[in-house]
Amino acid sequence: MTAPDGRSAEGRGELNRSRLHHYAPWVFVLVLALLPLAFPDPYMLAVLTSAGIFIIGAISLNLLLGYTGQLSLGHVAFFGLGAYTSALASLGFDIGIGFGLRITLQPQPVWLGFIAAIIVAGGFGWLLGRLAFRVRGAYFVIITICFAQVLRMVALNWIELTQGPMALISIPPFSMWLPGQGVVPLYSKAQNYWLVLAVAVLAFIVVRQLVESRIGRALVALRANESLARSVGIRVTHYLVIAAVISAGIAGAAGSLFAHYIRIIDPDVFLFIYTVTMVIMVITGGKGTLWGPVVGGLIFGLVPDLLRGHARPEAQWVLYGVAMILFVMFLPRGIVPALASLRRRA
Amino acid sequence: MSDLLRVEGLAVHIGGLVAIADASFVVPAGQVVSLIGPNGAGKTTAFNVITGYMRPTKGRILFDGADITGLAPDRIAERGIVRSFQRTSVFTGCTVLENALMALHRRGGAGLLGALFRLPSARREEARLRAEAWAMLEFTGLAERADTLAEVLAYGEQRRLGIALAAIASPRLLLLDEPAAGLNPSETAACMALIRQLRDRGATILLVEHDMPMVMQMSDTIVVLNQGRIIAAGAPAEIRANPEVIRAYLGSGDWQEAAHAAA
Ligand SMILES: Nc1ncnc2c1ncn2[C@@H]1O[C@H](COP(=O)(O)OP(=O)(O)OP(=O)(O)O)[C@@H](O)[C@H]1O
Ligand SMILES: [Mg+2]
Repeated sequence: MTAPDGRSAEGRGELNRSRLHHYAPWVFVLVLALLPLAFPDPYMLAVLTSAGIFIIGAISLNLLLGYTGQLSLGHVAFFGLGAYTSALASLGFDIGIGFGLRITLQPQPVWLGFIAAIIVAGGFGWLLGRLAFRVRGAYFVIITICFAQVLRMVALNWIELTQGPMALISIPPFSMWLPGQGVVPLYSKAQNYWLVLAVAVLAFIVVRQLVESRIGRALVALRANESLARSVGIRVTHYLVIAAVISAGIAGAAGSLFAHYIRIIDPDVFLFIYTVTMVIMVITGGKGTLWGPVVGGLIFGLVPDLLRGHARPEAQWVLYGVAMILFVMFLPRGIVPALASLRRRA
Repeated sequence: MSDLLRVEGLAVHIGGLVAIADASFVVPAGQVVSLIGPNGAGKTTAFNVITGYMRPTKGRILFDGADITGLAPDRIAERGIVRSFQRTSVFTGCTVLENALMALHRRGGAGLLGALFRLPSARREEARLRAEAWAMLEFTGLAERADTLAEVLAYGEQRRLGIALAAIASPRLLLLDEPAAGLNPSETAACMALIRQLRDRGATILLVEHDMPMVMQMSDTIVVLNQGRIIAAGAPAEIRANPEVIRAYLGSGDWQEAAHAAA
């Protein structure tokens, strides 16, 4: 819904509030950006960085789940595709494709891998969009789950390309031109943190620009009342495919960040539980709101790590389940819409 | 006069049921044509076929000379046929203004690049669409409700919004399915005034309506559908006097009311 953000910011002459609306996000970003300087604790930065990568994934999922209302339970497929594409591009590969033919790729710069990740994931998003939006609802959900499972099988078994369960190792980190240092690989925690923060801000802005435009309105119209939307000439497939491509592209970017940050990936990046994590982030935060995935992502990205010292990993999944049930029962629309309506009442 | 819409030999079978057996009629440009008939006659079905929501078993739909049979609803809307729905249909969870902007979709053309980079052309278009949306809300008397969520509106207002949404899309042919259903007399009068204004703005209108006084007053031509067949078509005066029409409606309160109104 564009409403909670958009409506209170316009009309009504609440100038101060809308100013606040305008600057608060940038203050938030500034605080996050200064964090490594104030608290250069590597453990905290590591936790925030991986939370940030998942938040980017959640932001991308929200575009589909929140704004088009399509539940993609295979969303991690795009994340994993991005991770493998980017890793393989930066490592290079040499594989046989039958008939004695081989495809060889020399190792490429990481930023090229990043772009390739976005393009490949976006391309698969397009394909899935074309295919699956013909079958909506439960079938779409099933197709997306299958899609992620098939990719996992490919990653497990196409050993020549992916090393299968042995994993792709020694993936190079991102490198970047830094003032006074030239182009250097980003090994430090703080540098990776900033990179992820920058991409997250960019992803947020892309989604915001999109949903606050004529295209976003078309998406919300299709979600709110599809037959009415079609009756006024909004093309279903066209807009759902746009949303799928952009959503997949952003998820691919997150996957690429993940690959070059962790620097080792195996077929487990396609695990269902990662999709579930992203879905929970979006739903608890508030699907169909711009800040929902950020808020939900911060909670579910940070809490498991905070609990790590005190509880077993299985407890994390149990916690997810319990939190999910509690949210569906007490805050079905999520945290952000609940806060928005509280503030409106105040 | 040119026919904007031609329905030729239309038949619609739903499962084993014959919703429309054989129907042919035309809607001349600039006219208000009413499609009337008892409950279950097949009026809504005809609308569904014309606007692409159902595929006909037989027959063709020609719009402005082009065959549009079997096109998707969004494609048909793009060509300029927009309908309202018998059961009130609005964009829930969205304000009245947002509803209007959504219905104005076809009046804009901003694409992905315009949206992502907030290009000047996209900004100008957005400002224009907002102005158009406001103008249309003023026109339909919904401007005070602009910030209200559509589902919160009173029933009469929701129906008006439903018509407004179809009209906002600035169709060349506007199909209205029982716009006055469930409205009180003053709301019905407002609804009729709105439809007249829409016609005066140049829309051709195909109207399905049970309110006979309204039909008699509004229509240039009336087409009568009964059990999936057209049994009469002509000016209101001819239809009123047509024995077969009277028989089809025999005992129907609608008709006595209409005769009353006509007398
Ligand atoms: N989707 C459907 N499935 C099954 N039967 C249908 C369907 N749509 C319409 N029918 C049947 O087709 C016939 C024509 O229905 P239709 O809705 O077109 O009538 P109508 O003239 O619009 O009636 P009303 O004045 O009550 O709106 C009816 O017998 C109805 O039961
Ligand atoms: Mg009907």
